[in-house]
Amino acid sequence: MGGLKFLFAVAGFFRLDWRQIFLRVRDAMIEVSNLTKRYAGCTAVDGISFTVARGEIVGLLGPNGAGKSTTMRILSTFMPASSGTVRVAGFDVFHESVEVRRRIGFMPENNPLYPEMRVREYLKFRARLKGLGWRRSRERVDTVMEQCGLTDVQRRIIGQLSKGYKQRVGLADALVHEPDLIILDEPTIGLDPNQIRSVRQLIKSLAGKHTVLISTHILPEAEMMCNRMLIMYDGKVLAADTPDNLQRLMAGSSHIVVEIAADANELREVWAQLPGVEQFDVSAADGEFQRCVLTPHDGYDLRPMIFLLAREHGWILRELTRSRHSLEDIYVQVTKPNEEEGE
Amino acid sequence: MKIFCTLLRRELAAFFCSLTGYIIIAAVTLLSSYGFVVLLTSLGTSPFTATVTEMFYSTFFFWLILLLATPVITMRLFALEKASGTFETLMTTPVGDLQVVAAKFSAAIIFYVVTWLPMLACLFIVRHFTNQSGALDAGTVGGMYLGIFLTGGLFLSLGCFASAISPSQMVAAMVSFVLGVSLFSLGYLAKSIPVTAQWQTQVLSCFSLFDQMNDFARGVVDTRTVVFYVSATFFFLFLTLRVVESRRWK
Repeated sequence: MGGLKFLFAVAGFFRLDWRQIFLRVRDAMIEVSNLTKRYAGCTAVDGISFTVARGEIVGLLGPNGAGKSTTMRILSTFMPASSGTVRVAGFDVFHESVEVRRRIGFMPENNPLYPEMRVREYLKFRARLKGLGWRRSRERVDTVMEQCGLTDVQRRIIGQLSKGYKQRVGLADALVHEPDLIILDEPTIGLDPNQIRSVRQLIKSLAGKHTVLISTHILPEAEMMCNRMLIMYDGKVLAADTPDNLQRLMAGSSHIVVEIAADANELREVWAQLPGVEQFDVSAADGEFQRCVLTPHDGYDLRPMIFLLAREHGWILRELTRSRHSLEDIYVQVTKPNEEEGE
Repeated sequence: MKIFCTLLRRELAAFFCSLTGYIIIAAVTLLSSYGFVVLLTSLGTSPFTATVTEMFYSTFFFWLILLLATPVITMRLFALEKASGTFETLMTTPVGDLQVVAAKFSAAIIFYVVTWLPMLACLFIVRHFTNQSGALDAGTVGGMYLGIFLTGGLFLSLGCFASAISPSQMVAAMVSFVLGVSLFSLGYLAKSIPVTAQWQTQVLSCFSLFDQMNDFARGVVDTRTVVFYVSATFFFLFLTLRVVESRRWK
């Protein structure tokens, strides 16, 4: 007991930060517990909790007004939470906001920049604001400009750049001081497909070195970039898992689409007798074709059976596809019940 | 300090690398020179006893410049950053609120003093043509610029405060103009209330910016006035700081 006391005394003397030492072990970058944010008259974020480990790329998904931006603003210390605690790298965002701000790179929604500054000048200014020395800021600005493909436009005025370049300037700014945590609010909004691809690649390349929190309402994007996704709706986190797990969760309700030229009643009969079909729906397609949507038991693959049946009956088979549940369906499924409740 | 210098440099660059900055300088120069021309024509017709600088302040041009230029200079400071969203990127870097307010105010006052520099040329012209060293000595000119600096500081801090509470530049300019005019008119209230009201007159006469500026222009530096201006400036800067901090109030 005495030994422990002595240890604490020594730690106190040298101002060792126990939380930091503790966190190295736990390795959590963001800890949010019971976070609530109320604006006058409405609750934007309603008691959410989640943790993000070091080196993860986490996507915050949800429709507009789900509370993504509010959560990010609180994480970036720009506004205080109404209740609940948020810790970034072990520091409380409200009480130790300067320590938190040293460790984050934040790119807000719509990526605000100073339009009258030149690219290099702006990045240099931001690097200096974030506490980098003169020589170090020059090195880092060169590095991030190369990383983000800005070297060609470094002398251009930001206001005259295309949207894609502006977005990259914002990203470069978030990266310039090598923060532990990078928070990007809708980083690919308003970009063309090529630009989106390059931004995604850039974000993916950050994995491991940095922890990244991205908000988006585009699902394929989250599917491609993130290790883990948090689906938010109406201020709550509805689901939190890896994209693969979320898909597996929904696999039971995937379905098979068949288009066959046959009599509708005959088809209904066949489907009713076929083992492994849980539910079916037959509707008329163009010409003599019928469009059937079959729901199998537990992801059971019906396709070989259907092909054999078609050959046996001499039906013309025009389409046979299994629609894997994309995250889009998961998203719709997860967010839909609440919508109905709301109405 | 390093961060303060970085911020100050950016704010100054925003003034001097934009067209608006030069338009303000040109407008101030135009007004002050026109005031000067009006003054000289009236001097040419009748003899005078006061110093040239004092005569200048008895025209309305100085106050016109002060009341119009300061809102235009300060309206950008906070309101534009808030409207464009850069306030968010600025405040999520490890900068202190005090550093931001101090840097913005310092940039504004440096720019303000620069806009007054062309007026020195007018004074040199007078000196050149009068052949009288007494017409314009270093003391009066120094006093005048001290007066310009102090009144400017007060109006700029008022403008900073208006800019911090307003959502857009135009609103900021209007609010600071209204505040400035009200402050300016307070001094005239002292003259209109009955003399029997002793302490009211005394309080209000503290705000008679017009008389105080006349003193400065004569080269008289009254400590009471200096203390009044400096403390009022700091008061409004303190309010600005509180407004900037208020986003983090629960």
